[in-house]
Amino acid sequence: MELNDLYRDVILDHNRRPRNFGGLEPADASAEGFNPMCGDRLTLRLQMADDKIGEIRFEGQGCAISTASASLMTEAVKGKTAAQALQLFERVHSMLTEDAAGVPGAGQPAAGVPGAGLPAAEAHEDLGKLAALSGVKEYPARVKCASLCWHTLASALQTRAGGPAAALPSVSTE
Amino acid sequence: MKSIALAEESLAFDVEAVRRQFPILSRSIRGKPLSYLDNAASSQRPSSVIGAVDEYERQHHANIHRGVHTLSQEATALYESARDRLARFINARSRAEIIFVRGTTEGINLVAQSFARSTLKAGDEVLITHLEHHSNIVPWQMVCEQTGAKLIVAPIDSRGIVQLETVTALMTARTKIFACAHVSNALGTVLPVRRLIAAAKSRGIVTLLDGAQAVAHLPVDVQELGCDFYTFSSHKMFGPTGVGVLYGREQLLERMPPWQGGGEMILAVRFDKTTYNGLPNKFEAGTPNISGGIGLGAAVDFITALDREAAHAHERALLDYATRILTAVPGLTIVGTAPDKASLVSFTVAGVHPHDLGTILDEDGVAVRTGHHCAMPVMDYFKVPATARASFAIYNTFEEIDRLAAGIERARKIFS
Repeated sequence: MELNDLYRDVILDHNRRPRNFGGLEPADASAEGFNPMCGDRLTLRLQMADDKIGEIRFEGQGCAISTASASLMTEAVKGKTAAQALQLFERVHSMLTEDAAGVPGAGQPAAGVPGAGLPAAEAHEDLGKLAALSGVKEYPARVKCASLCWHTLASALQTRAGGPAAALPSVSTE
Repeated sequence: MKSIALAEESLAFDVEAVRRQFPILSRSIRGKPLSYLDNAASSQRPSSVIGAVDEYERQHHANIHRGVHTLSQEATALYESARDRLARFINARSRAEIIFVRGTTEGINLVAQSFARSTLKAGDEVLITHLEHHSNIVPWQMVCEQTGAKLIVAPIDSRGIVQLETVTALMTARTKIFACAHVSNALGTVLPVRRLIAAAKSRGIVTLLDGAQAVAHLPVDVQELGCDFYTFSSHKMFGPTGVGVLYGREQLLERMPPWQGGGEMILAVRFDKTTYNGLPNKFEAGTPNISGGIGLGAAVDFITALDREAAHAHERALLDYATRILTAVPGLTIVGTAPDKASLVSFTVAGVHPHDLGTILDEDGVAVRTGHHCAMPVMDYFKVPATARASFAIYNTFEEIDRLAAGIERARKIFS
């Protein structure tokens, strides 16, 4: 594994110029993500339009992997329903934690995930730009950096589904 | 001239001979030689420590202080001889003052829950400093909550220095305990502990020093320091994990209630009344980490056999060299610039997050710690989410620091 497979140009670009970065008012759903191991922190806010994610923005601070992952995620889930976004989360999660043969790696197994069991290249082809994060699986200590934003999105969507969010839900990857 | 001084100090200390005693230093990481610069998190073990633990496991293991059979007596003798060596190592007045604990964290918790909890009253104050490790903050917060006492934090300055006057200004009639690090783990600052303790003692304040980052680097003499408690971990001084020492002044330990109840810490148990054991056993409930204690004893022998002045000069030279090399890196900021520092450098690099730097350095076999170093208040003070930290031990070389610098340069290129 080479470093340039982890720090691909897409990642470096999204780290340098994160897309959809900043606040969003008023938000229909929001959540905070925090990785106590490394101090990465992000706040995610989104607006829904006809059951779909209309606008989504994030802010906070983190390493290149966590910043780029959040930036790529906001691009990927815009226009998707909550169910579609969560399904995409599972695909990304399995990409981050399974080895090339589809064997679960550092994370939990993702049974029944479309694409599981296929060679990595084929399995992740249709993930588009998100596939740039596939190098992370070779660095188990960094998987949480890439998945923090997705856990935070899931939390934001769940609180929205559960009715009015009284308090800002907080996600911790520890 | 600096370079000549470095060469002379290196000659006086045979670093290669030291390195040969540490088997792990000859392994490679991702095809590169290991440069282990994470000694403030945990140091490596010499063959003598590994051998002492191995010999114990193969030849002498049994439970200690129980049974008349040969193995139990051998195990007891080995374990207790480690206690004797530890007492000499820090110049305790007696072996009764050496309490085996799991590590520094447990040592501080023991003092907080036994001594502090039984003596603090509502309105009393516990004084610490802003640069403490979480383990010298949270146990005091907990006991303050239990007793109604108040936690007071003495500030640091922008170089990471604890000024004597700033601390003494906070020592009042309400202050009952003063606890601070001997050496800061996040910044490297060596605190003016002798003067701090003298100031506390003159006001009748009980003192605790967190020696986790000090024992492997500085000579520690608890009588000369004058502190009431001193605690440290084995694994930061070339010994095994899971064991450490709490030193306490005997008169204080005698007065303190036991912390945990169980076997070993009792003389007689009846349902209506239990009689506690004497020191040090009163604070050592349950079967201890026997092999760890024996390994720690071997680590003490290892350190004692070193030419400590030459070793200290070598570490000082490493720190000076690293400081000079890293200061020259564009965009690099050293966090913690006290004149009196232990051999570690905490730093940030503009445009490169510490975690990305850590991953890139690992690719070159260079192990550094990245993160908040269990000192979040220190990170908040310097307004950084995290830093990278290179921390040196006697077996590190100037070449390893060159590899660190080359890796930082590589990271800067990737993120340029």
